[in-house]
Amino acid sequence: MTKYILKRVGISLITIFVLVTAVFFLARLMPGGPFNDPKLSEAARENLSAYYGFDKPVLEQYITYLGNLLSGNLGFSTKYPSQTVNQLLASSFPYSADLGIRALCLAISFGLVFGIMSALNRGNGIDLFFVIVAVIGTSVPDFIMGALLQYFFAIEWGLLPIAEYKGFAYTILPSIGLGFYTMASVSRIMRASMLEVVQQDYIKTARSKGISRFRVTWKHQIRNAIMPVVTILGPTVAAVLTGTFVIESLFVIPGMGKYYVESVQNNDYSLILGMTVFYGAFLVFCNMVVDILYGIIDPRVRVAGK
Amino acid sequence: MSELKSDRNEQTPQIPEEELTAQTVEEVQADPTEEDLSPEDFEIIGKNLEKMESISRPSLTFWQEAWRRIRGNRAAFISLILLIIYGLLAIFAPMLSQYGFDQQDAYSMRAGFSLEHWLGCDALGRDLWVRVWMGARVSLTIGLLAAIINSLIGTVLGGFCGYYGGKLDMIVMRIIDVIYGIPSLIVCILVMVVLGSGVESLIIAMVIVGWTGTCRFTRGEVYRLKEQEFVLAAQVMGEPVATIIIRELIPNIMGLLITNLTMAIPGAIFQEAFLSYIGLGISPPDASWGVLAKEGTKMLQVAPHILYVPAFFICTTVLALNQLGNGLRDAFDPRLRGTE
Repeated sequence: MTKYILKRVGISLITIFVLVTAVFFLARLMPGGPFNDPKLSEAARENLSAYYGFDKPVLEQYITYLGNLLSGNLGFSTKYPSQTVNQLLASSFPYSADLGIRALCLAISFGLVFGIMSALNRGNGIDLFFVIVAVIGTSVPDFIMGALLQYFFAIEWGLLPIAEYKGFAYTILPSIGLGFYTMASVSRIMRASMLEVVQQDYIKTARSKGISRFRVTWKHQIRNAIMPVVTILGPTVAAVLTGTFVIESLFVIPGMGKYYVESVQNNDYSLILGMTVFYGAFLVFCNMVVDILYGIIDPRVRVAGK
Repeated sequence: MSELKSDRNEQTPQIPEEELTAQTVEEVQADPTEEDLSPEDFEIIGKNLEKMESISRPSLTFWQEAWRRIRGNRAAFISLILLIIYGLLAIFAPMLSQYGFDQQDAYSMRAGFSLEHWLGCDALGRDLWVRVWMGARVSLTIGLLAAIINSLIGTVLGGFCGYYGGKLDMIVMRIIDVIYGIPSLIVCILVMVVLGSGVESLIIAMVIVGWTGTCRFTRGEVYRLKEQEFVLAAQVMGEPVATIIIRELIPNIMGLLITNLTMAIPGAIFQEAFLSYIGLGISPPDASWGVLAKEGTKMLQVAPHILYVPAFFICTTVLALNQLGNGLRDAFDPRLRGTE
């Protein structure tokens, strides 16, 4: 087990290194530079470039960046002068993570319950209701969903605050907006998986041994059916916790989401790379946790044996 | 089974006379004659060798059977028809309308549904019926092409990775990890720098980052299948590897792949909508469903129909694709083949 984890960590580090290299050079290929403001004079632009070290050869910049990265220094942002990328991430990640955790709790708990209820009541009204909820969730893009939530709950009915992030009531709408899609897909996958598992022989065996229906559902059916849900959770957790542009900009939440778009639009090289490293490391970590969870939930998967 | 039988035995005597079904009446009446039968009443007629081997019903190919089952699935069939109608309207509706997609009418800004403008007008007085179907051209083209090209690349590459395993597999999987981590905006911008902005650039950018999903999925399925006997048989007969993958392995996961494809189209439509939302995709006056929905969210308080109309078409299309995907999964599932 320890050997497996060490190997995974090693491969992950190499992956992140390649990722950083690729993004470093791809970002430099983009048109324009970090100091595009037409109001800047030529001399000022040269001074700024020299100050941030962009006048040196690209290869030298790359080696400097790698050296800094090893000591955990992600460099200075050019769009937000006087702030390091580390500071930007440290101040925005807590908001994204807070919102993401709320959305995930909502999505996973409701998604699982809806999926299970739906599968157990296959074919009747309850099933139809949950299937319709899941279909709506997966077929409405997030910016439409967010706008509709704001319009009805905040403007028409005046129940909840429309934006900003300062208290429990403020978190409800963005959490729903962010988590609805995940909830819908979790519920759909869980339903399909439950229906698949119920046809398996071991369910018949368990029933014919005289185990109660509740126990079979709880210990055999759900435990086996939950595997596909765990699989999609790796990338989903990484994506949701590191912020999303649309929901955060709609609800004016100072999270990381806006940097994904802003950093690229402004050619803010250090910030692009910082976001990439952060997200990449987070994704690799989540996928590893999922693989280890696999072994815990499903005894047939022996991670150490691989 | 045992439950069923015991239920029947207990209940049969309790059924009152008038509730007996036709079948049980016959059984009851036939009972006394059973005792009159003797072995002499039967005659051995031997085997009919010709009839034993004959096939009583015409055999159906894979596709015929799938088509029959799709027609039987009401939700999937309605979805298919709806998608075909949307496709036809996207092609013909803008040609047949008297309005152009960028033609403004200052007197009917934000107009509601009427006979003149069937779906009303947007904030600049452009006819929404025409704009929706112009948008459908862009959104459906991007959705279909991006999903199909992604699936083709992903399937072939994933097939080889799963079949060979080892170093090739390891390298491709790590490349996928890297691609997954590269911000897709950078890829989009770079493709647009090289090719200029437009539908083609959007599709190419989506393909560059999008083939990874199918590849991973196909690899996993091939990995699972390649130990089975039919692959061994093909190997023993000396089929080349490419033939084994394309003729033996991929048809076996065809159902899953097609299902995956129908689920990937909404993904591409959503992605185009997102790119248009942040101003990178299609730019007005050209329309896509993403652009229309974005324009609609701005007018939500004044004229909500400008959002509801494109949202309705996005949702129904995605819904239809999902239902069709579910139907196709059932139609192609080899375990269900020959049942019903």
